[in-house]
Amino acid sequence: MMTADAPAVLAAPRGRLALWLLLAPALTWLVGLIVLPHVDLALLSLRARVAPRVYEWSFQQYRTFLEEPLYWRTFVRTATMAILATACTLAIAFPVAWHIAKVARGRSKSVLFILCLVPFWVSETVRTLGWMILLRESGVLPRLLADLGFTAAPVELLYHDATILVGLVYTSLLFMVVPLVNALESLDDALIEAAYNLGGGTVSILRDIVLPHAAPGIAAGSIVVFMLTLGNYLTPTLLGGKNSLWFTEQIYAQFITRFNWEQGAAFGFLLLALSTAIVWAGLRLTGQRLGDVMRRP
Amino acid sequence: MQQDLEVERLSKRYDAHVAVDALSFAVARGSFFSILGPSGCGKTTLLRLIAGFVAPDDGDVRIGGASMRGVAPNRRPASMVFQQLALFPMMSVGDNVGYGLARRGVARQEIRTRVSRMLARVGLPGAEGRRIDALSGGQKQRVAIARSLVLEPTLLLLDEPLGALDLKLREHMKIELKQLQAEIGTTFVYITHDQSEALVLSDRVAVMKAGRFEQVGTPQELYYRPRTPFVAGFVGANNRLAGRAARIDGTAVEVAAAGGLAIRAQASGKVAAGDAVEAYVRPEAIALARDAHALPAAAQRLAGHVASLLFDGANSAVLVREERSGAEIRIALPQTGLLADLAVGAPVAFGFDAERAVCFRVADDDR
Repeated sequence: MMTADAPAVLAAPRGRLALWLLLAPALTWLVGLIVLPHVDLALLSLRARVAPRVYEWSFQQYRTFLEEPLYWRTFVRTATMAILATACTLAIAFPVAWHIAKVARGRSKSVLFILCLVPFWVSETVRTLGWMILLRESGVLPRLLADLGFTAAPVELLYHDATILVGLVYTSLLFMVVPLVNALESLDDALIEAAYNLGGGTVSILRDIVLPHAAPGIAAGSIVVFMLTLGNYLTPTLLGGKNSLWFTEQIYAQFITRFNWEQGAAFGFLLLALSTAIVWAGLRLTGQRLGDVMRRP
Repeated sequence: MQQDLEVERLSKRYDAHVAVDALSFAVARGSFFSILGPSGCGKTTLLRLIAGFVAPDDGDVRIGGASMRGVAPNRRPASMVFQQLALFPMMSVGDNVGYGLARRGVARQEIRTRVSRMLARVGLPGAEGRRIDALSGGQKQRVAIARSLVLEPTLLLLDEPLGALDLKLREHMKIELKQLQAEIGTTFVYITHDQSEALVLSDRVAVMKAGRFEQVGTPQELYYRPRTPFVAGFVGANNRLAGRAARIDGTAVEVAAAGGLAIRAQASGKVAAGDAVEAYVRPEAIALARDAHALPAAAQRLAGHVASLLFDGANSAVLVREERSGAEIRIALPQTGLLADLAVGAPVAFGFDAERAVCFRVADDDR
């Protein structure tokens, strides 16, 4: 009896140890790189400097945010632009994904997919600088417009809100196309034919059949694109210049330029709260659940 | 008689493959018309041509007397029940059935009444609020049919809708479908590769092969008077005996089959002495007895041994090896119980009336 039980008794703690060892990398990542820094940032954001090297608990940082119009206007502007960029990305990616998933066959399908991927072989910095070469006053596109007589002289196409949007959409396109292609590929063509046979037109088929089926894919793509856009620093800074007024720039300025870590930490938390709130609202509006969306991207 | 569907010299080819080859036929109002054929014979293409999903290379389809040339699928008075049913999983049962009505701009209250009436008719009263994935196979079947029928189409096209069901349910749905069609009187065009479905359900059946109709007729005509060897072999079980026409006497042919087996059969079409022929005789047309005296007087008599017993309840049969030629012949086992104790190897006598065997000249392109 005793000998028969022994392996089980031994195995239990050993099994638990193996489990912990297997979880260790994930836990290290989660606790060490996400939870701990955020706890520290949270504490940082909740204190104010009253004298050199003297700090006390305070909501001062958050109050500054509300009292200073530049800060909260930048905040609202960033959120609006990010939502706009997500919507534009969706509008451009949907026909592309539809073509890849439903129209293209065999070789042309993979070629199209690779074409979407190609820009990502180049680093984001180089890609954005590429846009600058195209769009600056002495660049390719303004020169072309002037030569063709559309404008009297080359115009500056950089440093506009539209330029930022173009850059953000370009950077995000693949992250929208991939989940959309997956979602649309799983749509049975017979459903579209059946709707067509029952008298459905293009609008009805898109609204009643295709969009409801693709909704989790649309939501997954939109969440990823929105978060990437909201947290993007490089593209708005380079393409929007000093006027870009992107919230990540404010965070950067507080931490690096102003050396005001307390304020920067508070901004960081506000951005986190913003993205959480908007994603939650978006899922709520479209009647979806995060778990479902992430299960089938 | 009013024709609900007229097809005229309809053709469709894919590269070198001819899917539908200059077909012409008509389906009478209120009838159940089946197109029966093996897979790849072009029957699905034909149905999709009628529904408008595929554009013909040539020819015309008229539904209810109106030409469908240039008419999009969503404007044709023909509804289709798909092979995998294609119910919309994102909608409730009620919304599925009401989808077509809503597209026609029918008022919401009217849609609700008509949907609930239709669901009651297919035996699913009050199922409007249920989810598609909560339905059983047979219920999905009924919803798919209700979704098409609620539009009161001139023509209902059914693409092997029973194929996905298990055997027992298929038998049940067969009867239901036939009763439903008789009740509502809509013209049904049904395609299937299952000859039993076609025979049980249809008023008329077309047997299709390589883009053409081999024969169009009532199930009884196809079964008892097949006009081509393909129909004889495809519809129902049959014994095929290849040989040569030894002697012709009017429509009676004496066939000399392999191994010195000689049988008499009725010619179908032109048969001349010396032609290569195929004779077909159905298992149930052959009388079986323990000795030759028990056979009917008119039968040509043959003898053999039981090679194997194929017990299948009412469809039981025996394979008999003919004495002289060694040909294996399938004979239905009489249900009287007299031969219930037949064993493998037992000597038996068998025979059939020459009227019930049919014989065709073998065309070169048939082999």
